[in-house]
Amino acid sequence: MQSAPSTRAGSRLCVRCGERKAALKRPKTLEQICRECFYVVFEDEIHRTIVDNCLFKPGERVAIGASGGKDSTVLAYVLSELNNRHKYGLDLFLLSIDEGITGYRDDSLETVKRNEIQYGLPLKIVSYKDLYDWTMDDIVKAIGLKNNCTFCGVFRRQALDRGAALLKVDKIVTGHNADDIAETVLLNILRGDIARLSRCTFITTGEDGPIPRCKPFKYTYEKEIVMYAYFKKLDYFSTECIYSPNAYRGFAREFIKDLERMRPRAILDIITSGENFRISTTTKMPEQGTCERCGYISSQKLCKACVLLDGLNRGLPKLGIGRTTKGGAGADGNGERPGKQKERNRSSLQGKHGNFDF
Amino acid sequence: MAGDSSSCGGGGGGCGANCSSASAADDAPEKQLGRISIATGAGASCGKCGGGAVVAVAGGVGLCGECLRAHLFGKFKLAVTSNAMVRPTDFVLLAFSGGPASRVALQFIHEMRSKAIESWDASNSQALPVFGMGAAFVDESILSSKPRHEVELAIEDIKSIVSSLLPADKAMHIAPLEDVFSTESVDGEGRLRELVGMVDDDTGREDFLRCLRMLALQKIALENGYTKIMLGSCASAIACHVLSATVKGQGYSLPADVQYVDTRWEVPVVIPLRDCLAQELTLLCELDRLKTLQLLDKPCSSINSLVASFVARLREENPSREHTIVRTAQKLKPFSFNKFSANGYHDFLPSRLRPKFQNVDSDESTFSEVLCIICRSPFSESELQKLESAKHEAQKKTDLYTAYCCQSCHFQILPGGVNLYDHFFSLLPKVWTERVDTASARHSSLRDQIDDYLLEDDDDGN
Repeated sequence: MQSAPSTRAGSRLCVRCGERKAALKRPKTLEQICRECFYVVFEDEIHRTIVDNCLFKPGERVAIGASGGKDSTVLAYVLSELNNRHKYGLDLFLLSIDEGITGYRDDSLETVKRNEIQYGLPLKIVSYKDLYDWTMDDIVKAIGLKNNCTFCGVFRRQALDRGAALLKVDKIVTGHNADDIAETVLLNILRGDIARLSRCTFITTGEDGPIPRCKPFKYTYEKEIVMYAYFKKLDYFSTECIYSPNAYRGFAREFIKDLERMRPRAILDIITSGENFRISTTTKMPEQGTCERCGYISSQKLCKACVLLDGLNRGLPKLGIGRTTKGGAGADGNGERPGKQKERNRSSLQGKHGNFDF
Repeated sequence: MAGDSSSCGGGGGGCGANCSSASAADDAPEKQLGRISIATGAGASCGKCGGGAVVAVAGGVGLCGECLRAHLFGKFKLAVTSNAMVRPTDFVLLAFSGGPASRVALQFIHEMRSKAIESWDASNSQALPVFGMGAAFVDESILSSKPRHEVELAIEDIKSIVSSLLPADKAMHIAPLEDVFSTESVDGEGRLRELVGMVDDDTGREDFLRCLRMLALQKIALENGYTKIMLGSCASAIACHVLSATVKGQGYSLPADVQYVDTRWEVPVVIPLRDCLAQELTLLCELDRLKTLQLLDKPCSSINSLVASFVARLREENPSREHTIVRTAQKLKPFSFNKFSANGYHDFLPSRLRPKFQNVDSDESTFSEVLCIICRSPFSESELQKLESAKHEAQKKTDLYTAYCCQSCHFQILPGGVNLYDHFFSLLPKVWTERVDTASARHSSLRDQIDDYLLEDDDDGN
């Protein structure tokens, strides 16, 4: 098969430079390479992704969605490196959302604050408390541990946009990696969500909206991000959210990890599939409007955040959860769990059995 | 076909009916029944007829055995009739593996035929003929470790199952897989072994065998005058295929494999059980005491089996998940070859249905997809681009053959070293490589005609 000899790379030379001792097996290709070469290929691939997809224009202000976790920390580090090295001419900012989760977000924000100093990137923090007058702690107190991720996901998406608007940036970049995108492709297949399936592999989304978002790590493997952070000794926060430990990744994530073990390129293959799906252009996309109350983009009269907030404030937290209102919730698959789809009776074909007389 | 007709070719993802039944069939029928009849307490009565005890839940309604049967047969018949799968003049070859899905397909198509014969007998004019049918089993035992006598016993069983329904002797075709080489090689067995042995990747080998199996079926059909091949691919098998194709990067060609009709092949392939779950079919076999058998002993280290176990877990979490997956894939745009479009094809349809097909046909472009020589997947935009540039750079035939392999076959089926390609392609069934030969011959014969007048070797002028 495609795997390189599995003997521990004790004295092997790096297959790329042929000079230094190989220090690692690259998760994406299983090539045995040295640390220096790993940095080079890792950063080069991201640079290529940025250039090939024209993610940025010179002079743009770009906010990096920074949670303090590994993906966004590596993204902030690599992006500021590449910005200097290849003269992108970008003004970079760190943008963090404070959901108000004691014992989790407060700690991870400390990490982001250190990153601010380490990488010399200005940091802006917007909090749920300021925007919605509710912290996640309050929300969980009110509604319990079920469905709280729906609130968090919807609020975070909007908070990022609001923070970005405050920073007057032209773009937001997020640390979504190849594994995340592959997983979203699968989840959308499992849910039958063809509209999201068609756009979940876009590297840039929301180009028609006020602030586009892009994912420079679209083709970057999670394992390589961890490896990069590990070797570079980057300062990141690696605790899981206390309100959803392991919760929202579930089966699909595990499946992708198993696949990767069996065939590393499967992750890229899933993304390729997602990009190539023949989805007819007539597939209904939700029509974009604005929320009557807050002015945020919405396909309904009120945006999802306002609906949820309404429920919270009126003491009816179930309002807006469930199947009645579709769309608007969660960034392409994040946070939401595959909802139970009602089996629809699909015998729309005329007659019970088309009687076919031979 | 060593247990796996339900998933050949256009159809399944290498599992489905067989995998699920393999895990549940023999040892734990009660467990199987228990799982399928969740949500309705024991003793609840059928939600349709109000009579018998509920054995399964379909579409949110608990059904008794009789209603389940009617439900499945209804789906089958609707698929057959509303897609004009079988015309009165057709001769249908059912790919029969012995597994529950193809067993039910055999039963159902036989029933449809019996009814058609009855009404033919009763009709005054007897104007329309009744379609004919046969069954085929592809024997892959040469590649399995099963002892010969077990295989022979199984084949006897298969023969007896089929002959109980189709009395005519010539209606059962048992062909060893190596027969795909029968016209071009004396030692088909050796050639098959060598060829399959050259595929290093476990998943690739499984998929490659499926391609060969389809070739074997096509061969049987062509040699015996069949006009349709019917597979037992069920919703569960197709759900697996949807995910495994996605995982292998075949997102572009996927919709070709999930349609009722597939005319990519010389003999068109139809999959009328597309909307039935493997569990339901297995249950029906148990209830109706339809004999099934399992000839499968495949390695479980492939992506296909990983996907199958993933789907099994999803099913436990939500029994209708497989339907949802299949429905997602159905929303993708099918190809022009996913319907019958020949002139006059739909003439035998009831007038009620005819307009549906005729409207579609009128604005349809002709079949023009470039297909992979091994798996017959249509090429995506980027694959076409690669093919075009490779065509120009091709030094020898092998380069051209390689260029005509889709990226997935390229990765998982072609042998490890490029130096092995020559040999690999020389072992492939000639029908596959000949397609490329004729395409390129057409091009070069044009070139030959004007060769004397060309000043440069390079056609592109660059």
